[in-house]
Amino acid sequence: MSDASEMITLTIDGQQVAVAAGTTILEAARSVGIDVPVICYHEATTANGLCRVCVVDADGGRLLQPACIVPCRAGMVVETRNERVERSRRTILEMLNSAVNLAEAPAIQALLDDYGAQPDRFPAAEKRDHALIDDNPFYVRDYSQCVLCWRCVQVCAEDAQYTYALTLDHRGFETHVSTAFGVPMLDSSCVFCGQCVSVCPTGALKPKIEFGLEQGWTLEQIWENTRFLKKNRRKSG
Amino acid sequence: MAEMTRLGEIVARYTGRGRDALLPVLWEVQREAGFVDAETALSVSRTLHVPIADIYGVIGFYSLFSDEPEGETVIHVCTDPSCGLAGVDSVLDGLCAQLGVRPGETTADGRYTIKRSTCLGLCEHAPAALVCRRGEGEHSHAPVTDSETLLNGSRPARAAVVGGDWHVFFPGVEPNHTESLAQYGDYAALRHALLALTPEQVSAEVEAAGLVGRGGAGFPTGMKWRFTRGAGGQPHYAVCNADESEPGTFKDRVLMEHRPHLLLEGLLLCAYAIQARYAFVFIRGEYPEAAAIMETAIREAQSAGLLGERIMGTDFSCSVEIRRGGGAYICGEETALFEAIEGKRGFPRIKPPYPTTHGLFDRPTSINNVETLCAVPAIISNGAGWFRQWGTEKSTGTKLVSVSGHVRRPGVYEISFGLTLRELLEGHCAGFVGEPQAVLTGGAAGTFLRADEIDVPLTFEGLQAAGTTLGSGAVMVFNTEVDLRDVLRRLGHFFAHESCGKCFPCQLGTRRQMEILDRLAQPLPGDAERLRDIGLTMSEASLCGLGQTAAAAVLSALRKWPALFAAGS
Repeated sequence: MSDASEMITLTIDGQQVAVAAGTTILEAARSVGIDVPVICYHEATTANGLCRVCVVDADGGRLLQPACIVPCRAGMVVETRNERVERSRRTILEMLNSAVNLAEAPAIQALLDDYGAQPDRFPAAEKRDHALIDDNPFYVRDYSQCVLCWRCVQVCAEDAQYTYALTLDHRGFETHVSTAFGVPMLDSSCVFCGQCVSVCPTGALKPKIEFGLEQGWTLEQIWENTRFLKKNRRKSG
Repeated sequence: MAEMTRLGEIVARYTGRGRDALLPVLWEVQREAGFVDAETALSVSRTLHVPIADIYGVIGFYSLFSDEPEGETVIHVCTDPSCGLAGVDSVLDGLCAQLGVRPGETTADGRYTIKRSTCLGLCEHAPAALVCRRGEGEHSHAPVTDSETLLNGSRPARAAVVGGDWHVFFPGVEPNHTESLAQYGDYAALRHALLALTPEQVSAEVEAAGLVGRGGAGFPTGMKWRFTRGAGGQPHYAVCNADESEPGTFKDRVLMEHRPHLLLEGLLLCAYAIQARYAFVFIRGEYPEAAAIMETAIREAQSAGLLGERIMGTDFSCSVEIRRGGGAYICGEETALFEAIEGKRGFPRIKPPYPTTHGLFDRPTSINNVETLCAVPAIISNGAGWFRQWGTEKSTGTKLVSVSGHVRRPGVYEISFGLTLRELLEGHCAGFVGEPQAVLTGGAAGTFLRADEIDVPLTFEGLQAAGTTLGSGAVMVFNTEVDLRDVLRRLGHFFAHESCGKCFPCQLGTRRQMEILDRLAQPLPGDAERLRDIGLTMSEASLCGLGQTAAAAVLSALRKWPALFAAGS
């Protein structure tokens, strides 16, 4: 293993960059002001290289490399935005847009613009439709807006809370976030810490108060719907 | 209530076990009750100390587990290319019409559920089905000739078709015959290794023989063993990848069903070479017969002192355990297979680190394909030079190929590397049925050859030069009667069904690809370009080999038969 204090040099978009061994390509690029787009990546969660929007061309290899997890190697020549990279990012964004409601994901909307993604690139494509789940006083869940970044599942488990209320159900395109056997959140092991809501990159998880304000609720309605009222307690206990 | 008690008894037997017992206990509950209910899942959660949400996620990941009641008998009917050629669509239609259901539905009386399935690895006996009977177990059924025999639980005899040059894998194999320990002999190669060779010498001999992995990736086996032996951290694990699921591939099933002891001896030689105390054989859930045969072989070997503690009186001890997959092609990917043994959803891991240092339970692991391990005993007994007398410098020895589709004798053939594809098909397989149009090598993850391209030598280097791949050795032949768009449609459904969903390119791309392949008869303007963008994105940006090859066949068809994708064709 390389010594973490050892410095290595690589080339990113023609610039010489010196970083500590073990630094990821993403960190190295950011250190010299080169922006590499990300969707699933978050500083507070384990990077799993899921979204692949951060892929870069490293040494012209057959495979593009996810910058969020691949460490820099000495002498590596990285191109963060060439034709291959653009095609992959644009296609991923177009496919994501064809499957998920991104209306409340401004950062991803900006990427769609940046990469010239056509909103209707995939006509007659099946969307991941899910009904809004409003089953607790603290937050609502709209999985038709979920991009499957896994952040909520991760902070609920070993990345933060060790609560294990959430999992992924099914697989492939059908994958979706769920409680065990799909029970309402109040019947799950959820402790309503709110960390899942804080790391959600889209509108899939939303605080109940924000949801209520959007719905035009009165102050009384907000009070009624966002507190753990006695009737709720009785229902869950 | 009586049923709950039986389920309670099943779960109670797992007391003291950890998360790696999750797939085994779910299999037992699924078999007993036909599904896994929330209450039983909760008792599994308490017993194995696994969060119930994780258990639910695992049930949802694997095709052969269910979280809701289904029919007393669940029949999984394969609709992949080889079964498609054998007329499975009309079989499935007839079955559904007779029962008054559509695929995925259960009969009103609760007796039958009919499901479409991806490749069941019985392509030489197509069309094929897997029958799961509540409270009894699973069996495969091929060929499916009529609904009646399928529904009444009968099991047609299927004689293995094996041919070719029987040098390494198949000497002495007879159809419908499983070799017993007495017939196989007492593991002479293992005895030689344990008594006369160091672990280093065993892997050096395998390395000198030039043996490379036969699951598709082609990594040098002896080198893998050397790396694993030298890796820090204990214990080391030897794992056999018997999750053979590549459409059109069935050689590993035939090896396990006929020569279980050859595989066990090869696995133990691997374990000795890497100094592993524990070995696993991970067999896909759709191979119930192979799993039962391997279990019997392990018991035979155990009572003969050929595995377990102090094997043959030496200091070397190694246990062998069978694990059954839950129905997921992705678990043939080595790191996804580890996750499955560890009781998790079968997600492939990011590599590096590689299994030789961070494999099963994060420990140094050698994972090898069934065929790879089966080549080892003869190499140790006869030497590297003996093995190298067949094949070429870069593709040494012999190889098993699984041939299905439009040839007169589909089956498993042992060939010396270097034989041409034409010689295989016209010679060993007795020629074509009809006029050949295309050959798909390497399975669903492979590429097409036109009928005028089959003079290519069957070697790793020869097929690479021809722009294709040997992969797992699958060869599917399509004659001119076949609409290749139908084949592509089936491949599209296969990958969309089997994508694990972890990385975006494959999770989204396999679905968008399937949708376009479904409408190839009347494509929309721009569909060819869409397929190309999806295909190149999946190939270059996906996390694992599944996504990276999920468009290989489509991209090769786009190059060779552009007219198939043109609007109005």
